[in-house]
Amino acid sequence: MGVRAYPVVLPVDGVQKLIDLLRGRGLPVVGPTPRDGVIVHAPITSLADLPTGTGDDQAPGRYRLRARGDGALFGYAVPASSWKHLFLPPREVLLGDGPATDPVPVALFGVRSCDLAALDLHDRALLRRPAVDVRYARRRQGTVVVAVTCTEPSAMCFCAGLRTGPEPSAGYDVRLTELTDGGHRFLAVPGTPLGEDLLAEAGWDPAAARDVEAAADAVRDAAGRMRRAPRLDGLREDLYGAADLPHWEQVGSRCLACAGCTLVCPTCFCTTVEDTSGVRGEDARRIRVWDSCFTAAFSYLHGGSVRESIASRYRQWITHKFATWTDQFGVLGCVGCGRCTTWCPAGIDLLAELAAVRGLSAPPGDRRVTDGTETG
Amino acid sequence: MTTQEVPAPSAADPSTDPMRPRPFRLLAHRFDTDDTVTVRLEPVDGVPLAFEAGQYTMIGMLGAGEVPISISGDPAVPDLLQHTIRDVGGVTHALVRARPGDLVGVRGPYGRGWSVMDGAGGDVVLVAGGIGLAPLRPALLEILAHRHRFGRVVVLYGARTPADILYADTLDSWRSDGVDVAEIVDYGPPGYRGRVGRVTTLVPRAGFDPANTLALVCGPEIMMRYAAAALADRGVPPGRIRLSLERNMKCGIGLCGHCQLRELFICTDGPVLPWSRVEALLRVKEV
Repeated sequence: MGVRAYPVVLPVDGVQKLIDLLRGRGLPVVGPTPRDGVIVHAPITSLADLPTGTGDDQAPGRYRLRARGDGALFGYAVPASSWKHLFLPPREVLLGDGPATDPVPVALFGVRSCDLAALDLHDRALLRRPAVDVRYARRRQGTVVVAVTCTEPSAMCFCAGLRTGPEPSAGYDVRLTELTDGGHRFLAVPGTPLGEDLLAEAGWDPAAARDVEAAADAVRDAAGRMRRAPRLDGLREDLYGAADLPHWEQVGSRCLACAGCTLVCPTCFCTTVEDTSGVRGEDARRIRVWDSCFTAAFSYLHGGSVRESIASRYRQWITHKFATWTDQFGVLGCVGCGRCTTWCPAGIDLLAELAAVRGLSAPPGDRRVTDGTETG
Repeated sequence: MTTQEVPAPSAADPSTDPMRPRPFRLLAHRFDTDDTVTVRLEPVDGVPLAFEAGQYTMIGMLGAGEVPISISGDPAVPDLLQHTIRDVGGVTHALVRARPGDLVGVRGPYGRGWSVMDGAGGDVVLVAGGIGLAPLRPALLEILAHRHRFGRVVVLYGARTPADILYADTLDSWRSDGVDVAEIVDYGPPGYRGRVGRVTTLVPRAGFDPANTLALVCGPEIMMRYAAAALADRGVPPGRIRLSLERNMKCGIGLCGHCQLRELFICTDGPVLPWSRVEALLRVKEV
């Protein structure tokens, strides 16, 4: 094909070819697919598995799919599930008989910028450490990423404010930007030699100036629609200084400590270890499962939990994301996907709580909070 | 704390799985008190478990679970692993009930220890509360192995009742080795003639030169806070007062997230940390 100036354009069937090519290389492809009224990340084999023509409405404690009336493949914001279950499964056997896990590399199809950033955060927390999580490392090996530029942020999204999106800037093999006006097509950029090969085999067309401009417009437009963001300066110091604020009790009285936010969070990585056996001690196993700092057992020592109150658990969670994570791993522990707020059954808005404990009335630019009106 | 760049690990090798315990055989089992047992263990594979005083292992039995417990043996004798275990929960109950010949799983040693030799050339004060004497025992043994390099060596030990005093014979032998040992109990039975009160009350009158002292403190968190404050009041520099902190731990290697004390992973940044580093953190409720 000769030397190529990227980006290039892929037609819709070129995207199907990408899936075929990945599968042809022996890679199971995992991508967005509708299930039980939500979009999840699950094995896919063709474009027919994607949530074509589906959009989503998100608000604190609210998530609804809706028909878009077009054929967009990626016309929704973040799916309900992140990708973390692929590399850090909710439950796995550490010792004793269990399903033999001999992981194969996996291809992630349709990764949003926020989730790509989250993948990097997990690599920092579990891989680039003095002691490596060998199970995570094994599953993470050889991951192929087809990323998508997010052009349909939800009302809960704030990646633009955290500079983790909406356009993936690194960590992908191929990046696609979906264009629907003037013909359904994808602007594509490779991020690795593998990505170049995949695009070449999928069969691209040269990109016209209007394609490039349309993609740039879509990114700018998406970023502009995200009206929410935490103020970044002084974040860590503000949270450390806020440890004794009465507001924690206030949010603690609304929080159900259900741990849902930590399950949907793409960066939460805490796990616990449970031993099981039959009543006579037979079939003993040691199992690692996702854990959450919202449970009382999380901080249990003999005699009681360190964090008895829900207020202290909420403080722990938000302080970890926006302050201690920086000390531990050099970056913020939040990528702005908004899932914790969307999926909170009490509708607790992360950014509103963050603003409240910092003595700010609301996240800058968030009219929904400042004028007291409700969305959704 | 910066993240280090390490190359992506190569393919799976079960022998390098840090979550896989090494089997140890229980050799001996001695009741120190009604609810506390010291076990002696040897590695089945014969590879000694070299450790620094103040480090801990993740110890347990498959089917029961694993808990972090400080090593109470002699760092100069790494082929004999000793733990002093109080029967307070499911895992510790299984360990206390284990009998000679039983196999126990051990991972580690983990964490940062006392770094006792930092105190060479000066006095050392060990302040222990209850089972907190166990993690300090290796430190004292290390000091005794280099006794001439230290000035005064003081052990202030508080137990709940006289029946809860650990290592009673050993305390006497430490005395004859030139250690100033003072015990105190929270509650004495009628006619008890020893000291009764809080261990922290021993700090003001103990014989050591505060400006030239390394203090090692281990016990319930509230006792450590008061002991550290009393030591600081006497003039021991806060950076020379070291505490062994306890938090829930599931991995011991900084991956499971349980043991966080604000930005610290107690499992790898601790368990031994200087008072100067943790004083403000420990003053926050439920942190």
